[in-house]
Amino acid sequence: MMTFVLTNVTLLVILIATAIAISRMRALYEATMLGALFSLVTASLFVLLDAVDVAFTEAAVGVGISTVLLLGVLALTRSREAVTPRRRHLPALIAVLLAGGALGYASQDLPAFGAADSPVFSHPITGTYLHQSQEDIGIPNTVTAVLASYRGLDTLGELVVVFTAGLAVLSLVGPPARPEETMPRADFHLADYRIIRIISGILMPFILLFALYVLFHGEYGPGGGFQAGVIFAAGFVLYGLVFGLDKAQRVVPRVALRILVSLGPLVFIGLGLATMLLGGQFLDFDVLDPNHPEEGQHLGILLVETAIGFTVAAVMTTVFFSFASRGVSR
Amino acid sequence: MIVVDVMSGVLLGAGALFALSGGAGLLRFPDFYTRIHAAGVTDTAGAGLILLGLMLQVSSWETGVRLLIILLFLAMTSPTAAHVLAHAARRDGVPVWREGDERR
Repeated sequence: MMTFVLTNVTLLVILIATAIAISRMRALYEATMLGALFSLVTASLFVLLDAVDVAFTEAAVGVGISTVLLLGVLALTRSREAVTPRRRHLPALIAVLLAGGALGYASQDLPAFGAADSPVFSHPITGTYLHQSQEDIGIPNTVTAVLASYRGLDTLGELVVVFTAGLAVLSLVGPPARPEETMPRADFHLADYRIIRIISGILMPFILLFALYVLFHGEYGPGGGFQAGVIFAAGFVLYGLVFGLDKAQRVVPRVALRILVSLGPLVFIGLGLATMLLGGQFLDFDVLDPNHPEEGQHLGILLVETAIGFTVAAVMTTVFFSFASRGVSR
Repeated sequence: MIVVDVMSGVLLGAGALFALSGGAGLLRFPDFYTRIHAAGVTDTAGAGLILLGLMLQVSSWETGVRLLIILLFLAMTSPTAAHVLAHAARRDGVPVWREGDERR
């Protein structure tokens, strides 16, 4: 317990120090790097809180992809923060204090960490999920059972959020440029970066293999479609950074990305419609294999996770390609 | 078993020392390249020795294999990161510190 508290306090102190450093910093490149550190510490805290699924996503998106995207944006704009006029300091301080005070006040209503009488533990649905899911679905990781089967409709909503966000970014930034327009500039010599190219070449299969493992292992351990999708995307982003956008687009062509972005929601909704046609309710996987409802659940969960993985990976990769190709093709 | 415990303790202590010296170097060294060197020591010698020390303490071989994989991953990625940083700084024309120069 002592170690637990000590580790948590240390991480929280690092987190606060990073936040203060970011807010005091004018150079935006440095602030972006510290933002990545902030995400890494947050991911460690999630691991300590036993939320390994969330930590996966935070590490891949917060540290990897969003940092790269922010750096790409900074390359297109000024990299120094504008100086805020002094007369705006007081209103800003009041707004921050009010918002922080409201959050602090609201946190008084939260149950204590790990309290046995918190609604999460005392509500009957928890027992249903924890015990009934072993009979209904029979997969060890209850999180996946809840996410993909019991609350499949919520997850469909989340996937639609990712899909819509991707569409919104693309309609603002524009689709990725054609590969021949994203040829690197003349002073970009791949041989110049031989070591990082070889090392990322060696690591690439392992990154993609790990993403597949996270995707298909979600029923037994932490992981699932969202986590696998962002790890896939991180691999593609790394490839694009090291080998150049034109090469990366040859690996994942724009047409394929466009199809994959919409494939996830289509498969998800199609699966729901299929279960309705087979006589069940929307996303009731039992009917996929009428004689063995458990097998039907396994099949449904696997399809749903794969659909999520494809769409998340494709959305992230497309957004990176669009931002990066703006920087190159200008 | 006492021998293994002592070896593991020595490795852990040495790793912690390297990590500490890396941190000190990061704050004290005079220019970008020397500071990258200090940070690289933290990632390779510091973390590597700590992982080796932990490997002597594992109770099941699965954990040992995981630690070994982490060690291999670190051994490949952190020198590469240090190299790329130094390389980018060199391309960008960051001057090298010479004896007698001021700290940057």
